This record gives sequence, C-alpha cells and structure tokens, in this order.
Amino acid sequence: MLSVADLACERGERELFRNLAFELEKGQALLVRGGNGRGKTSLLRILSGLSSPTAGAVYWRGQPIEAVREQYGYDMAYIGHANAIKDDLTPLENLQFAAALRGRQFDSDQAVEALAQLGLSHCIELPARALSFGQRRRVALSGLMLAGALLWILDEPLTGLDIDGVAMVEKLIYSHIAAGGVAIMTTHQPLVLEGVIQISISVGG
Amino acid sequence: MLRFLITVVRRDVLLAVRRRGDWLTAQFFFVMVVSMFPLGVGPEPSMLRVIGPGVVWVSALLACLLSLGRLYADDFRDGSLEQMLLSPYPNSLLALGKALAHWIINGIPLLLIAPVLGIQFGLPAEALLILVLSLAIGTPILSLLGGIGAALTLGLRGGGVLITLLILPLYVPVLIFGAGAVEGAMSGTGSEAHLSLLGAFLVMSLLIAPWISSLALKVSVE
Repeated sequence: MLSVADLACERGERELFRNLAFELEKGQALLVRGGNGRGKTSLLRILSGLSSPTAGAVYWRGQPIEAVREQYGYDMAYIGHANAIKDDLTPLENLQFAAALRGRQFDSDQAVEALAQLGLSHCIELPARALSFGQRRRVALSGLMLAGALLWILDEPLTGLDIDGVAMVEKLIYSHIAAGGVAIMTTHQPLVLEGVIQISISVGG
Repeated sequence: MLRFLITVVRRDVLLAVRRRGDWLTAQFFFVMVVSMFPLGVGPEPSMLRVIGPGVVWVSALLACLLSLGRLYADDFRDGSLEQMLLSPYPNSLLALGKALAHWIINGIPLLLIAPVLGIQFGLPAEALLILVLSLAIGTPILSLLGGIGAALTLGLRGGGVLITLLILPLYVPVLIFGAGAVEGAMSGTGSEAHLSLLGAFLVMSLLIAPWISSLALKVSVE
C-alpha cells in the first residue's frame, strides 16, 4: 500500500536520515523509533505530504503521493503534535468541521458514539476550551474513528493520555489494523499490539 | 468543491461570532482612526470634505491589516491549518475561502460604518454612495491580497509588522482608485473610470491571490 524509496531529509544543514526504505501492506503497523530530535516527526510529516523530502519519494498504491493527492487526502488521516481542536467549538462541532474540511461524510450519532467510546460523553456540550490536554487529545483521536481512512499517521498519539486512555487507543489502533488498515506511529511509551505485524525502523542512527 | 469552500467560510464566521471581542477590535479601530482626523486637522468643513474620502480609505486599509494577522495564525498554532492543507481539495480553494470569510467578517462591517463616518466629514449624499460602492469593490481586494501576506508571514516572529511592510505597497492602487472614485464624484469629473479599474483589479486578485497564498502556505507550514 505505502512504500518509501531512498528517502532523505535535511533540516537546516543537518542530515536527519537518508536511504530510508520500507514497504507496508494492509494490516501492518509501522513503529518509528528514535530519540528526541532524530527526525521522527519530520519523517511523519513527509509521509503525510506536509513537507517534501530532500531526496526520494513516498508512494501510495504505487503512485507518488503528489500525483494522487486527492485520493491520498481521502485515504489518509494524520494527527500531529497539535490536536487541531478549536477552543471555541464543542467537541462535536470540531469533529463535524474536521470531517467536512476533509470531504468526508459526517453522522452525528456516530460521532457522539465515538466520543463516548473514548470516555468523553459528559463533555459533548462543552466548548473545547474547558477540556484538559488529555481530553482534547481524545477528541482528536475520536476523529480517527469517523474518518474511515485506510492509513493512519499518528505522531505521539499517547502524549497526555492516562492509563485508561492509553488502553483505549491501543484497542483503537488494534481494531483498525485487524480490519485491514495501516498505521504509522511514533511513541516513547510502550505500546502493546499483540498479534499485529509490526515493523520497527529507527531514524537518525 | 463548493461545499468545501462554504465550510471554510462558515467555520471562520462561526469562530468570529464566538469570539466577538477579537472581531470588534478592528471595527472600533476603524471608527477611532477616522474620528481622530477632524480633531487633528481642525473643524474647517471645506478642508474635511477634501480629506474625507482619503481618510476613510486609509483607515479601512489599516483596520484590514490589523485583522489580517490572525487570518491563518490561530489555525496554524492549533494544528487545524495542517489538517486543512491535507484535505483532498486544492489549497487555493482554502485560501479563497479564508479571504472570503475575512471579507465577510471584517469588510462588510466597514461598508456599513463608512457612510456614517462620511457624514462626519460632510460628504454629500452622492459621494457617500460612491464611497460605499468603492469600498464594496475594494475591500475584497484588501482581503485577497492580505491573505498572501498573512500566509507568507505565518510563524515568523514579528509577523504583524512584516505583513504591513509587505502588503501596504500592494494596497496603493486600491487606495488611489478607491479614494479617487469618491473625489471624482465630488468634483463632478465622474467616478466610472476609477470604479472600473477597481473592478478589474478585483477580478485579477480573485484569479491570482488564492493561488499565490496557497503556495505561500505550503512553504510556511513545511
């Protein structure tokens, strides 16, 4: 599904990685490892199409992602460091706009259920300003359930989550992969995904 | 595609409604700056009538610049800009929607306040009409061109000052033809030529500005 050939990235004068290559099939997860400042986020941004690599290319279903930008926009869901949650909107409105901006169908019953599944049923009516950091992260992650995307690219999805939250996200990722999805993520916390084909790569030596 | 455009506009308008304080700042600024001039130059009616159109137009430019700094900055900070750029639709459509929303939020109120301020300067009724008309054609240009500056200065320190330096020169033709139209109506030489040129400028910026903004956004987010 997703393959990468000869990928290289430089930030400033510094080379973060080069000759990076891997291939992901349906039902596989890729864990990107590496210390702080080694280029994990840079790699994920390149994979999502937000930045361009210094060399090499990312292929989605055999085509460079720039060439299939529209299809890739539907197939891929990206969650970065920032949650993309608007303080002045309620979690439900946030999800609604996020779906509309990505050209996706939105079913509010389904959204309420997704929020409830991540333990947010009591704050559906509150503006996101009133939510804690971890709760906002959960709102962003519940968007994944609604997106119906095949490929998830998650940058530190577990940041700010409590033990319950981590377990929920593990379950979320597990069922996504079990259903034939693809996930790429970075994390510093141990992530338990039993029975899932995991590929690990390290960036920055 | 149209649904995406409408969503971008609706989202920004809704956010402005929820944050009325931010939104009112620019409108109050406009009223204050215009009202300062009679206090500064003295209450001579003939003098005020001459400087009126120019003062209203310059103040409109400044009020527009004041609100432009936030056009993309908030979305950039909380990560929603990244999400919007990843959408399957062309990024120029996003830039067009953002500029359109900026005009609805900041441009249309200026149109409504301007005639009241024009009366303050003793402008005749015909000139007031042309003032509103020239602002109606001119303020969308301000939003469209300003979007380029907002996209270019995204994430830079001191972006607010930089945006002023980048964009004000581009506003010069709008100012000349906008204020010129009102002066033409007052002196009897007619304002059609000025308004037509302003209209041509609007069409040109509608075609080009969203595209340039989208390129600038791509660079700024990278």
